[in-house]
Amino acid sequence: MTDPLDRGGRATPGDRRPAADLLHREAPAPGVSGPSALVPPAGPPTRLSTISRATYLKEAGLKNLFLLCACVAVAGVLLIFLFVGYRGFPIFGKLGIAAFLGGRTWSPSAGSFGVLSLIINSLLATLGALAIGAPLAIGTAVFLSDVASPRVRELVRPAVELLAGIPSVVYGLFGLLALRPIIAKTSGGLGFGLAAAWMILAIMVVPTIAAISEDALRSVPDGIREASYAMGATKWQTIWRVLLPAARVGIIDAVILGMGRAIGETMAVLMVAGNAAVVPAGIFKPFLTLTTVIVLEMPYASGDHRTALFGVAIMLFLISMAFVASIRLISRLGRERS
Amino acid sequence: MSDTGGRSEKTNASASGVPPTRRRELVDKRVTNALALGVIWCFALATVAALGSLLLYVVINGARELANPIEFIFSWPKGVNAEGGIWPTIQSTLYATGLAMIIVTPIAVLAAVYLAEYAVQGRLVSVIRFAADSLASVPSIVMGLFGLALFVEAAGIGFSALSAALALSFLMLPIVMRTTEEAIRSVPKYIRWGSYGLGASKWQTVSRVVLPAALPRILTGLLLATGRAAGETAVVIYTMGTSLNAPISPLEGGRTMPVHVMLMAMEGINLKAAYGTALLLVIMVLAFNLTARYIVRRTRRMQG
Repeated sequence: MTDPLDRGGRATPGDRRPAADLLHREAPAPGVSGPSALVPPAGPPTRLSTISRATYLKEAGLKNLFLLCACVAVAGVLLIFLFVGYRGFPIFGKLGIAAFLGGRTWSPSAGSFGVLSLIINSLLATLGALAIGAPLAIGTAVFLSDVASPRVRELVRPAVELLAGIPSVVYGLFGLLALRPIIAKTSGGLGFGLAAAWMILAIMVVPTIAAISEDALRSVPDGIREASYAMGATKWQTIWRVLLPAARVGIIDAVILGMGRAIGETMAVLMVAGNAAVVPAGIFKPFLTLTTVIVLEMPYASGDHRTALFGVAIMLFLISMAFVASIRLISRLGRERS
Repeated sequence: MSDTGGRSEKTNASASGVPPTRRRELVDKRVTNALALGVIWCFALATVAALGSLLLYVVINGARELANPIEFIFSWPKGVNAEGGIWPTIQSTLYATGLAMIIVTPIAVLAAVYLAEYAVQGRLVSVIRFAADSLASVPSIVMGLFGLALFVEAAGIGFSALSAALALSFLMLPIVMRTTEEAIRSVPKYIRWGSYGLGASKWQTVSRVVLPAALPRILTGLLLATGRAAGETAVVIYTMGTSLNAPISPLEGGRTMPVHVMLMAMEGINLKAAYGTALLLVIMVLAFNLTARYIVRRTRRMQG
């Protein structure tokens, strides 16, 4: 830790910045003033071979400033945990973690804050959405990477990207006012419920999963494809037996990220779920999830109720962290195996 | 004769020794191929159809309510049902998003410069990357409650454009960081070598050579992140509030367009306003996205 710049230059594997290395190695160490002793003995010292102390300090200062900026991301995660935790952790102390996580009744007016049914509802909504959305998205990714002609690809890929850009509240509006009446007509109820949430969330996870899966499929070397075709395999055999297995780590990552998006989605689910704090008796019955309970009850919550809602937010935060950690773990395992 | 018989016997034996192969060959592989590719086509078409129907629905319903766009955009909502225009929601959205963009840009770009140009692979860098990934996957509702707890309550800023912008900048940070880092890494190394060869220091190289070269792609990332922030509901509802107000000072609250859409649709009192606002919101977000795509395409053409 004596000389950040020099360390930065030397420890870089390979020679990505040879010129920079030269400059840094010849920079005078802090405390040494005057021209550097590393000036080539033959010939007069040139400006290229040394940098002034002022430049050196400026460069080192800037580097640390950039590092500070990069650490804002770390600070952000810590702050989220601290402040949401500061508001929410008291509920764990008051009720006990087991009662909070294991309680099946969420009834703020009766003072019981069991989130188990909310967790189950969130999982039901997410898994159902993935069951529809993941095949759709992976199929689209395969289409983009290996099936479509370049011209068709140039039409479909922007569509997938635009799908990612549409605000969730617009998805919710579409679900509430376009999809729900159709479901209501076919099922005979109001149309609020898991079925509507599954369809909306399925569309919402498609762009996330498709984009990352496509990257994974593209990063499979073409030589592998050619080898498969050379053995007489058809396109589908190549996709099913060669490409998908080769890209599976990336595809699993994509599905986990899609799962994170679905479980954290609030507005779209809120608008189609109908919002009842019980495990629904059917897929056309209203339900409440971890995210929607917060939006719905925050405006009037106070005291323990409010603390419990922050407790729910802690749960969501920890779930999303767990997803990110598991993606890391999977890609590390995948790298070790190959 | 006996030779051929022996060979065919052998073939039969090996085929029956591996029954799955033989059974699969009963269905011609070309038939399977055609069917499977057909299914893949259907999946892709379904994705496009989902986007198409969503856009069509919003455009048709929104356009019907947006018969007089100037009045709808520039006048204030009136009465309990918020009829009339939606100007304060537009101003709130632009204010909070613009402020968030101003806050996040220098931090995210410099953080990306550190990761792409200065950082040495090690524990610190992997912690930073893990944090950025985590930040990107924090559900927006959690980000909203975080903004409420930290900026609105603990810092005492109250429901305001500034609180919303600060919370939104945490949402945008990982997106801008990632795209900027990719942009910087895609600048060819020989351009840097040329700069170093002329005696430029590291910061001179980064600020005068690398960043300008990466600028189009940095802008793209910034626009995508801004589009994302403009459409965000759960974060702003807890940091900016829901009052109809056109903020002038950053300490004033307001109701952004997504929040307006949600309230109008959920309460069902004024679906017209919900449709009209949703259409404007979609146009705004798509404009961000399409501009970003255009910038990428143009630079790609210019760079050959």
